[in-house]
Amino acid sequence: MKRKLSFLLNRRQVHVEVEPQEILLDVLRDRLGIKTPKCGCDRGDCGSCSVLIDGKTVRSCMVLAMEVAGLAVTTIEGLLENDHLTPLQESFIHHNSFQCGFCAPGIILSATELLEHNTHPNDDEIKEAISGNLCRCTGYQPIIDAIKDLTSHPESFNRTDVKKEVKS
Amino acid sequence: MPILQEFEYFKPSSVNEALHLLSHYKRASVLAGGTDLVNNLKSEIDQPDAVVDIKGISGLHTIVFKKNILTIGAAVTFSELIASKIIQSKYPVIAEAAKTVGSAGIRNRATMVGNICSAVACADSSPLLLVFQANVLVQGKKGKRKVAIAKWLKGNKKTDLKKGELVLAIEIPLPAKKYAGRFVKMGRYSGEDLAQASVVILALPKNQFRIAFGSVGPVPMRAAAIEKVLNGREPSPELIKEAKAMVPALISPITDIRATKEYRMHMSQVMFGRGLNDAVERFRGKGSDYGVSLL
Repeated sequence: MKRKLSFLLNRRQVHVEVEPQEILLDVLRDRLGIKTPKCGCDRGDCGSCSVLIDGKTVRSCMVLAMEVAGLAVTTIEGLLENDHLTPLQESFIHHNSFQCGFCAPGIILSATELLEHNTHPNDDEIKEAISGNLCRCTGYQPIIDAIKDLTSHPESFNRTDVKKEVKS
Repeated sequence: MPILQEFEYFKPSSVNEALHLLSHYKRASVLAGGTDLVNNLKSEIDQPDAVVDIKGISGLHTIVFKKNILTIGAAVTFSELIASKIIQSKYPVIAEAAKTVGSAGIRNRATMVGNICSAVACADSSPLLLVFQANVLVQGKKGKRKVAIAKWLKGNKKTDLKKGELVLAIEIPLPAKKYAGRFVKMGRYSGEDLAQASVVILALPKNQFRIAFGSVGPVPMRAAAIEKVLNGREPSPELIKEAKAMVPALISPITDIRATKEYRMHMSQVMFGRGLNDAVERFRGKGSDYGVSLL
């Protein structure tokens, strides 16, 4: 039987009707048009479906949609502020950290959570933070470089206008 | 993969309400972190009529240390254990073990109580709780009961939980005023992987030891025979060597997708030897920092 579900999605209140057995990842992608969380392994191993729930990275393939009632869910779409990428995203672009991009949303969210608690993580802490996110293109080094570069030179990665970027 | 089984979802705000639901429905599953349950729902290992989400019960989210007993509520995640000041100061080996569970995204959801309720043979919490001689606090309609962890774990994926009951917390007595611990886990790679083998050692005053092995049998096991040999004697390199040689006779690993029987057998000895050494050193105030890998 369908149930009413309300939660904060990328700082906007959303209302949707779901079956109790529906998975959060499917509701985000198929009902709410949020396509950045990807379905990779579908069992919590690969990290490509990661979203933030109340600021913490969580595998959305292992969450029932009903569980987020009243909570705040954030995806990459919600990191934008006034159409600006975050400095972390800028650094990833600068370092060419992704190739196919399938893992990118999950890794960006994991790194975002890390930098919330730890502004100057060392290599081991960075590796630990992204260890649950599999990337089959890069070998991880450009990802680690991007996070390290941002923490040592935060001034180099100011927020830029997404629309301008797209146009140019 | 969608979940095919249809069920009702409840998020009670009190233990009594949860207990009522658990006994009212014929097949009710308790949901805490969901990192095991949701996969079991997808693969139809679990086919409940009702899913009872206990995260709405505020009393189950607490970590309390009182009268030398640490009580970890059923909804407390591994991330919360790692961040807990009381665990860092009084039970650092619990934080050390919690850090090796899955990855950050798993630890933000998965709970220690869930870990011992799923009770798979490779559960990281099980050998840890064995050496602490922890109790599982269970409530049913008729009241509360305490079950020693050794009796709680009845087999691979089998526990002492009865129909209609809910685990409220795990109670972990402080083993001694001064003690040291060591948790050693081997996976194929760090992050996300389940244990191929694990060892936990507590070093207590007067050269007393508690030792448990995980992932090398259907349930984790206390190594009573090794403890007997070590207890009361100075842990010299010769004695540690003697204890190490006893490991193969005590454990019964299997070959599966993660490792062969022989590899597990060999590495359990290596991990035990290094772990025991480090536990002794930590007790003496030297040794490695908690959280540093020995492999």
